[in-house]
Amino acid sequence: MEEKYAITVDDLTVAYNYKPVLWDIDLAIPEGVLMCIVGPNGAGKSTLIKAILGIIKPIAGTVSVFGKSYAKQRSLVAYVPQKGSVDWDFPTTALDVVMMGTYGSLGWIKRPGQKEKKAALEALEKVGMLPFKNRQISQLSGGQQQRIFLARALVQNATIYFMDEPFQGVDATTEKAIINILKELRKAGKTVVVVHHDLQTVPEYFDWVTFLNVKKIATGPVKDIFNDDNLTKTYGINYKVSVQE
Amino acid sequence: MLGTAILGAICGMLGSFAVLRKQSLLGDAISHAALPGIAIAFLITGVKDSNLFLLGALISGLVGTFWIRSITKKTHLKSDTALGLTLSLFFGFGMLLLTFIQKQPNASQAGLDTYLFGQAATLLEKDVWLIAIVAGIALLILLIFWKEFKILLFDEDYTKTLGFNTRFIDILITTFIVITIVLGLQTVGVILMSAILLAPAAAARQWTNSLEKMVILAAIFGSFSGVVGTGISSVSGNLSTGPVIVLVAAGIVLLSFIFSPKRGLLFREIRFRKNRNDIKMQKTLAFMYGIAKTHENISHPHAIKILNGFQGFSKRSLQKLVDLNYVEIDGQQWSMTQKGFMTAANLYNQQVENSHE
Ligand SMILES: Nc1ncnc2c1ncn2[C@@H]1O[C@H](COP(=O)(O)OP(=O)(O)OP(=O)(O)O)[C@@H](O)[C@H]1O
Ligand SMILES: [Mg+2]
Repeated sequence: MEEKYAITVDDLTVAYNYKPVLWDIDLAIPEGVLMCIVGPNGAGKSTLIKAILGIIKPIAGTVSVFGKSYAKQRSLVAYVPQKGSVDWDFPTTALDVVMMGTYGSLGWIKRPGQKEKKAALEALEKVGMLPFKNRQISQLSGGQQQRIFLARALVQNATIYFMDEPFQGVDATTEKAIINILKELRKAGKTVVVVHHDLQTVPEYFDWVTFLNVKKIATGPVKDIFNDDNLTKTYGINYKVSVQE
Repeated sequence: MLGTAILGAICGMLGSFAVLRKQSLLGDAISHAALPGIAIAFLITGVKDSNLFLLGALISGLVGTFWIRSITKKTHLKSDTALGLTLSLFFGFGMLLLTFIQKQPNASQAGLDTYLFGQAATLLEKDVWLIAIVAGIALLILLIFWKEFKILLFDEDYTKTLGFNTRFIDILITTFIVITIVLGLQTVGVILMSAILLAPAAAARQWTNSLEKMVILAAIFGSFSGVVGTGISSVSGNLSTGPVIVLVAAGIVLLSFIFSPKRGLLFREIRFRKNRNDIKMQKTLAFMYGIAKTHENISHPHAIKILNGFQGFSKRSLQKLVDLNYVEIDGQQWSMTQKGFMTAANLYNQQVENSHE
């Protein structure tokens, strides 16, 4: 069986102010995997996602989505930014934020209508936030804000999802709820890429992993490459994590 | 008067965007950057014509804006620094030119210094028309691109991934802010222009949690400040309009910060006190519940003394419990009523539920 790649990254190099933060990254993400990107703070995980999504312009390299350029395939891709990247004091409601997920398919000028509202409410339901739909977003807890971001991406009904630390600051119950949604997405044949910090849960949650620290250290199935050797190469120190086989 | 009313309204509208983008200093920088343009326009042509001045102000305002953008893009400087730098550089240069002009023989005619603090009386009918037309166009653009403006203000990176050209939206907003500022210079003046841009928006933010309402409210506040400010300054003779308008706007801001029901200081304090008292009362009730539970008869009387050591307890909270019919007092003894017992039991369950949320 020929393997299909959802995302292919070639020779990607990104720099802020002339200092390279990603160096010559080659990466192929097979379709239908639930993949995490791990690496220490400042390793360039967020930057990698932003460069793939065209938010940051790379110095060199190309990104393709199912073999075509990202610009043409944009509607297939959804993004959940790091929660701290926006000002939650912005005057708007939870439902309104989730509705933003429909703006892309609406295109310029056209306003969201009943159909978009229905989709947004369904997404809110899925993440268990329906009771909070009219809540001002600053009055949501961190975990609830995170779920709103997730719902906004779900509304896009994409094929590939990029999520930057969706488990940041959420409690165990919410984490379980989110991972279940991610696993459902994978079951539906979607590709999900998640920046993840908790190494303990990697084997339980994910089937694919990429180690990143400025350079790509390794990428592949969790059961083959999630080992102390790669962890040590990525985190520098002599890393020991007890991986249950 | 009509001119300043419309002007105040668009300032409020566009100011909301500046406030939400945390670009408060941008307005300041643009207005100060416009000053040398006015002076140069006069030096080149030697005539005093407000349209000509506007053009000069617009050009140097735009130059200033793009200067700021390129400084932040190409160097490591923070945008505050770039704004501050541009502001003082352009303003200093403008003042230099102004002083130079005033030393010229025809200086008294020029009256360029009204651009420092503004003089609404110098507005001609055609100026008012110009303001009205620009305001109309700005309103139209705002309605057309409302959704795009909103999402850009909230989450720029995400907006990009949806395929919107964020540069275009950004330039659209900034251009209208620049044009508005330039139009306001004659009335409000270079120095206080940014205050009239920001004050109505900051006040409006206190009253509402919806972007739509915030923009509308800011427009109303802006227009009110414009009308009242112009009125006061024209009644009292030769007062400059700008400072008066800004004082009115500042008054609105102050009142908003104190009195707004959602975020105002006054209501926050009232709410805080009420909450604290409620919680004191609930704590006392819960404590009593714990004691009453140990007896078969929930209404078995207990000494008030045992409550004394408890931190949530006060005479007032006990009295409140009696008023609510949760507790009965008989001499130095208290006993729980059926109603009080049920309420306390629910209270406890609720707290357990909340901690699971
Ligand atoms: N806007 C920026 N300007 C300059 N440098 C930046 C910028 N954003 C990130 N960097 C730098 O790029 C490097 C990679 O940052 P990035 O945010 O991608 O790391 P990360 O792996 O996501 O880290 P974390 O785990 O803390 O989220 C860091 O050294 C950071 O300091
Ligand atoms: Mg990051």
